[in-house]
Amino acid sequence: MLQSQAGGRGRTLTRTFLALLALMLLTGARDPILVPEISQHEVQVRQGFRGADLLLFGAILTPEGSRAGQDYDIVVVLKGPTRSIVLREKQRIAGIWVNATSAEFRSAPTFFAVASSKPIGKIVDDKTAAIYELGLPWLQLSPIGSYDPQQQARFSAGLVDLMRRDGLYKEDGGGVSVSEQVLYQARIALPSNVQTGTYTAETFAITHGRVVASAISRVQVQKQGFERLVELFALNEGFLYGLVAVAISIAMGFLAGRLFALI
Amino acid sequence: MNVYLPIANLSVNGLVIVALGALTGILSGMFGVGGGFLTTPLMIFYGIPPTVAAASAASQVTGASVSGVLAHSKRGGVDYQMGGVMVAGGLIGTLLGAGIFRLLQDLGQIDVVINILYVLLLGGIGGVMARESWQAVQAQRSGVPLPARKRRHHPMVASLPLRWRFYRSGLYISPLAPLLLGVFTGILTMLMGIGGGFVLVPAMLYILGMSAGVVVGTSLFQILFVTMATTMMHAVTTRAVDVVLALLLLVGSVSGAQVGAQLAQKIPAERLRFVLAALVLLIALRMALGLGWRPDEIYTVAPL
Repeated sequence: MLQSQAGGRGRTLTRTFLALLALMLLTGARDPILVPEISQHEVQVRQGFRGADLLLFGAILTPEGSRAGQDYDIVVVLKGPTRSIVLREKQRIAGIWVNATSAEFRSAPTFFAVASSKPIGKIVDDKTAAIYELGLPWLQLSPIGSYDPQQQARFSAGLVDLMRRDGLYKEDGGGVSVSEQVLYQARIALPSNVQTGTYTAETFAITHGRVVASAISRVQVQKQGFERLVELFALNEGFLYGLVAVAISIAMGFLAGRLFALI
Repeated sequence: MNVYLPIANLSVNGLVIVALGALTGILSGMFGVGGGFLTTPLMIFYGIPPTVAAASAASQVTGASVSGVLAHSKRGGVDYQMGGVMVAGGLIGTLLGAGIFRLLQDLGQIDVVINILYVLLLGGIGGVMARESWQAVQAQRSGVPLPARKRRHHPMVASLPLRWRFYRSGLYISPLAPLLLGVFTGILTMLMGIGGGFVLVPAMLYILGMSAGVVVGTSLFQILFVTMATTMMHAVTTRAVDVVLALLLLVGSVSGAQVGAQLAQKIPAERLRFVLAALVLLIALRMALGLGWRPDEIYTVAPL
């Protein structure tokens, strides 16, 4: 559930390492650790579900467990299960809008929300943002097949725009508040049309444009009770399910006819 | 009233869906059409995934036509022989329709084709209906009655081989004609989630030349069985039938159908038909705008 790692992630040139070491010695700063928590680790989708409001919060500590005492920028990324999709683009051909081109992506998240203490562009440069998927423009969609970069960018932008208007992709440049340099919290709303599955919340602590700590926690979104039964029934017993649906509609029509005949 | 739809995967306002069902129910009670042509597009505008909307609308049409068939059969308004032939055609049509649905889905053109079908069908039939009812209203005003239309079937129907006698319809024609009509509406039902009543009724009147007394009852009879088959087909192939959604629609439509049937006796038929024609044309126009001017969405997502 909880996993913490030091920043750096290898590949650091000796020179920058030395420079950083010098900086640390000078300022006395060390990479902090993050202790993340979520208001609920299980979201139950059942009758009356209107979406859920998740509170993602936690503490920024030194490895010894005391207050870090330094200003860090915090970015929280909540990502839903990914799926393979075909994205189709309509173009006007002979006066009619038809699906003209398409692109396939292997890992399009069904939900993606980024909250940060400052707008992403002010915290990290584009390269770092792309590496850590900080922000909607940096989604790793894993396109299948080869496309020219321009077309790929157009399709990604189209997908992001579509999902954003459905409330499934969002970016909030002021969504994380940090108090007393130690506690951070972000509120992310799951709309009712979310997919079920495992959601991962990844928190990043960033200073001077460098990710110095990150931690992951998870949320299970699952259907419960009647809703789960209906879904399983429809998926596994299609024929019986169809019979039930037909029986219900005939019974309802018959019943209504009888009832109104009484009036 | 918030209701979560387990197959469509989203939460909707239950009252809106019930009201939608009631609206189409009233239409079906008043005009003898299923009203699916209205439900499916409106549900899609409301945000329900198109496949789920089409698959669940069919069961609503089933419910709305049950009481209609009962009422018509009680007064001898159903030609079971003719209906049986059309149901057989309809079943073949749903099978073909399921195949076409899959093919178009794979080609990625299902939404475009459905839109084009809506515009052509609704536009064409709405246009004819508007013209006729307008002429009827004018004739009533001026007091000059319209020349009575001679009831006879289309010459193409007469040229088909193998003739049967359909006593209640007053016809001696080849069963291939109603069979093909059944196939056609079966395909439409599967693709568009409509009962096909607004195609069947004029076709039975003007192409087959059936006697008017059995047209509505027989069309409802065919729709009843074909929509049942469609629900089954969707449940087995697309697995997109949402019973909760269907139940909400049914609550509205079965009661709406009763109200509509009573309203129909109070309002003059010509005006009623003119209103229906206007409604049909309006939806066709809305769909045409999406095709020719600007679609609602440039990008659409489908699972791989």
